[in-house]
Amino acid sequence: MAAALFSAINQGVLWGVMVLGVYITYKLLNIADLSVDGTFALGGCVAATAMVTGGVDPWLAVLLAFLAGAVAGGCTGLMHALLNIPAILAGILTMIGLWSVNLRIMGKSNTPLLNTRTIYSDVADLTGLPRDVVVLLVALAIAAALVGLLYWFFGTEIGSSLRATGDNPDMAKALGVDTRFTILLALMLSNGLVSMSGALVCQSQKYADVGMGTGAIVIGLAAIVIGEALGRLTPGKLRSFGSRLIAAVVGSAAYFLIRAIVLQLGLDANDMKLLTALIVVIALGVPYLAGRVKQRSSYQREGVDD
Amino acid sequence: MTAQNQPMLQLKNVSKTFNRHTVTEKRALHKCNLTVDRGDFITIIGGNGAGKSTLLNIIAGMFLPDGGTITLDGQDVTLLSEPQRAKYLGRVFQDPMRGTAADMQIAENLAMAYRRGKRRTLAWGVTKSERALFQERLAGLGLGLESRLSDKAGLLSGGQRQALTLLMATLQKPDLLLLDEPTAALDPSTATKVLGLIRTIVDSEQLTTFMVTHNMADALSMGNRLIMMWEGRIIYDVKGAEKDALTVEDLLKKFEEESGSALDNDRMLLG
Repeated sequence: MAAALFSAINQGVLWGVMVLGVYITYKLLNIADLSVDGTFALGGCVAATAMVTGGVDPWLAVLLAFLAGAVAGGCTGLMHALLNIPAILAGILTMIGLWSVNLRIMGKSNTPLLNTRTIYSDVADLTGLPRDVVVLLVALAIAAALVGLLYWFFGTEIGSSLRATGDNPDMAKALGVDTRFTILLALMLSNGLVSMSGALVCQSQKYADVGMGTGAIVIGLAAIVIGEALGRLTPGKLRSFGSRLIAAVVGSAAYFLIRAIVLQLGLDANDMKLLTALIVVIALGVPYLAGRVKQRSSYQREGVDD
Repeated sequence: MTAQNQPMLQLKNVSKTFNRHTVTEKRALHKCNLTVDRGDFITIIGGNGAGKSTLLNIIAGMFLPDGGTITLDGQDVTLLSEPQRAKYLGRVFQDPMRGTAADMQIAENLAMAYRRGKRRTLAWGVTKSERALFQERLAGLGLGLESRLSDKAGLLSGGQRQALTLLMATLQKPDLLLLDEPTAALDPSTATKVLGLIRTIVDSEQLTTFMVTHNMADALSMGNRLIMMWEGRIIYDVKGAEKDALTVEDLLKKFEEESGSALDNDRMLLG
């Protein structure tokens, strides 16, 4: 049980890199970008093929995965920016297209990483620490570095114009921000991170599979809403931007922990996607319904004293 | 290129029809010709759908005209996109929510505006010296916002957001300030305050300004030139002493003479 929970946290932090990507599109740009299901698998496929077939260094494979994801996100962005295809549909098109691309890259539906060097085996060899601990340390270090980088980036002039684009596109355009470019940039950055996460997860589970990204977007949304719920319990109440990024990663770890617990309690693993979808529906729907109920119950037929 | 006697803005034969060849076809601008001198402060009035906002939006580049040219300070900007044109224009919208980013700090909003028309880089988005400048400029508004630099813009009232938008529009001196019914969504006393701020800023910076308004008295008391629009045309254009002598009655009479109908604007305030 303890081992299962520990490895769940590991998985959660590695998937947290994907959640950071989803955070950029979903929370900053208000786009539910479905490319994510395709780009997460793309990252795994690119990294596995590069390492197994190409003999590429595992660290470089992670970087390659990031670049491949950024290109795929760029496709979604260009469809949206140049062809005016709605973002959600552009994402679906990229996701569907990537299924074929991913199969082409691997040449088969599954690539095992048997006896292949990984970033985790590198660090384990270097430090002599047990594998599970190494995965956690590497995952935390990468997540922390990315949170720091994103915090810096979104404080820069370009990063600010990206936030303004999501917050108020009319204002952004009036102040000279080409919102087509900022949306493109956000989608590239987001899917780069998602794909990178796919590469990290693939190296930790020691295989890549074309289906490994299925449902990733829903896991990302669930992690974000769980992270927000937990973050609101903290003294800062997620007012600062940095705390929101951290909450995304923590939400991911919490999601995988919950998942491990319900699986231990006997839930069929195949029912997990349904449960995840329900978590998102509840998290998005409850605040709306609560607001309506509150409005109804405070209504007074006789009129109110202002 | 930028000789002082050259007009700041010139519209030649600018036309725009929305939803052409459909039942909702709407001719918004019909061969508009207009020359605006440096320092002109023009108020624009007209009935429902007269083309006032379309005129402002087409100058701002929100859509391409069907024909005609728009020249700004000697440069043909007709084909430039809205973000490309932003470097010349300061804008305040009718809806106070449209001018500021609610989830960004007041300082961040101002910093965005401070970089209007400039290349954005990976330099930090708000510098320390800028914060000092913003504080000083906010103090000039007299709304107590100078102590709230780190507050989110969404916490401000409509009037405060409109005043902030006005400051943002003029932080980098624009060639042209476009005000689209800037006080229409505000209560009367806040509207008076914002109009006062507009007057002060336009005067002190010598800004060339367009202001669409539905308030006839404001149209007469503000600016040095008045334009009346009807069915996408400019039907009356008056400036200087002749404008100063006008009354609301004169304007209503003028409108009937030119259009052959009474002024119909369900939001028009006469006095």
